[in-house]
Amino acid sequence: MPVIDLATTPLRELNQALHDAATPGHNDTEFEVLNPKGAHAVAVGVAAPVDIQVKGSVGYYCGGMNEAASITVHGSAGPGVAENMMSGTVVIKGDASQYAGATGRGGLLVIEGNAASRCGISMKGINIVVRGNIGHMSAFMAQSGNLVVLGDAGEALGDSLYEARLFVRGAVKSLGADCVAKEMRPEHLQLLESLLAEAGITDVKPQEFTRYGSARTLYNFNIDNADAY
Amino acid sequence: MSQNNHPTTPRKSSTFDDYTLSEIRRAAATGIYDIRGGGTKRKVPHFDDLLFLGASMSRYPLEGYREKCSTEVVLGTRFAKKPITLKIPITIAGMSFGSLSGPAKEALGRGATLAGTSTTTGDGGMTEEERGHSETLVYQYLPSRYGMNPRDLRRADAIEIVIGQGAKPGGGGMLLGQKISDRVAEMRTLPKGIDQRSACRHPDWTGPDDLEIKILELREITGWEKPIYIKVGGARPYYDTALAVKAGADVVVLDGMQGGTAATQEVFIEHVGMPTLACIRPAVQALQDLGMHRKVQLIVSGGIRSGADVAKALALGADAVSIGTAALVALGDNDPKWEAEYQTLGTTAGSYDDWHEGRDPAGITTQDPELARRLDPVLAGRRLANYLKVMTLEAQTIARACGKSHVHNLEPEDLVALTIEASAMAGVPLAGTSWIPGKTGF
Repeated sequence: MPVIDLATTPLRELNQALHDAATPGHNDTEFEVLNPKGAHAVAVGVAAPVDIQVKGSVGYYCGGMNEAASITVHGSAGPGVAENMMSGTVVIKGDASQYAGATGRGGLLVIEGNAASRCGISMKGINIVVRGNIGHMSAFMAQSGNLVVLGDAGEALGDSLYEARLFVRGAVKSLGADCVAKEMRPEHLQLLESLLAEAGITDVKPQEFTRYGSARTLYNFNIDNADAY
Repeated sequence: MSQNNHPTTPRKSSTFDDYTLSEIRRAAATGIYDIRGGGTKRKVPHFDDLLFLGASMSRYPLEGYREKCSTEVVLGTRFAKKPITLKIPITIAGMSFGSLSGPAKEALGRGATLAGTSTTTGDGGMTEEERGHSETLVYQYLPSRYGMNPRDLRRADAIEIVIGQGAKPGGGGMLLGQKISDRVAEMRTLPKGIDQRSACRHPDWTGPDDLEIKILELREITGWEKPIYIKVGGARPYYDTALAVKAGADVVVLDGMQGGTAATQEVFIEHVGMPTLACIRPAVQALQDLGMHRKVQLIVSGGIRSGADVAKALALGADAVSIGTAALVALGDNDPKWEAEYQTLGTTAGSYDDWHEGRDPAGITTQDPELARRLDPVLAGRRLANYLKVMTLEAQTIARACGKSHVHNLEPEDLVALTIEASAMAGVPLAGTSWIPGKTGF
């Protein structure tokens, strides 16, 4: 298993080695990254089903545009972790800063601590599970996918939401424009159960969550909704 | 108003002219602001207000058609491992699939490739039509991130981070429900038939310091191969250019207010931003102050129509120009052959701008398959290539007359202004004087 120490190896070499794993003739399936010390763009654009263990905290955009890889950060993550992820898994053992999972189109992002503001902003199909709390303006303009929050949500949750589903177990400080609480039907309980299982969470029940989604009143412009724009 | 037997001629207000009155009535009746495509329609100082001096005694001209005047431009020489080399200094600006039909995107790719230049994607992602037919394709990285994926990022020849647009600096986009076909909806991960809002800000960074790190990420994902462009709307060109350089741009794209858009509020198009002419010199000054002129390339867009416009933009310090509206006209947009149909839409050929309604008789700004079939991408591509080559020849002709063996050797000294406004904005003397308002003399 290649062990890449960012204290002695440039970031470029790390990412190139991870990109090379997607090309024929490269058989490494497990990587360990040491001493990230808040480095930006760690393990970005990986397009192979490899396992990457990052031993420490990372800066901006760790796991950005991930495809197929399983990335675990044994520390906290800076802004934009797993942004625009396509598939695969990113697990953050600590906390995540702003824009976690922004514009993500697929895959699973698990944050075992808290996430800051704009978690899941503009999400487009990604599944995000946060064990702790999330900050304000989370899921702003979220298009599709699922955001599961075991703790509380900050102000303006789901503002200008499209078709993403939000499940929050704790309190929501306020809902954004066009975001409303919705009935939790059997299919939603089933979906939530599978998302929690996928995230390795076994100590909470789907029934403890409230579902939020779009009221769809802003889907086509109407002057009588001008106050909401 | 008539008084007794002395009637006066009815007098219309210049403040409340016929167009203004019709807009008030339309707003009152419909409850929605006017949305349209294109760029500003009112007259603002432009390249027509500048003239080239040409050579006589004090300058030595080159022989037309015999002595070489190069037009090649290399973009992305600062950091990219694979800079782009174009045969001509005119590129095709970003226009989205969704806004434009598939055949229109294909035609742009065909035309640009024939002429030796690049095309650009737009809000809505990369289509096979344009990738397949564009030898050099710039992939726009937009706030909405519709259709954004790393595979297309790697298939691109350059990446253009769009921060602003000349038609609407500070504004996002809106693709109205009537243009959202199944294919457009699928590419954008949104339900069919709803209005698709494009955010005005990137979701995962909040300023130039963050942008620098975002660029690092894009470079790491693509192996530092591709030039990174930053596109800004012409509003505060000195500072925006300086910050783009600071953030690590290989190329700055500066779009003035005459630059078009697929659809936005009329009030935005006509009242926000600065004329292209006024944007160029401050941007060039920023590059010069940072010692980066010609090292970070500058592409200027917004109302470029002819080889004269190209030559003037280059003389003011741009490395290349970009065209959008003019390219659509070359393909067949607003062609008088569809006049009868324009009339039924309540407009006339040359004025049609309701692109968001998706009923374009020319089949260019539509997702209606019947209308889109009207555009022959091979023929339209040929027309675009002809137009690009004519513009290039025109720019070369002017450059030779000014004694230049490369269009990049044109300089502000080759220009004079016809009006005080243009003189001040372009930083060239008023014709017949040595006076540049605000810079020289009294």
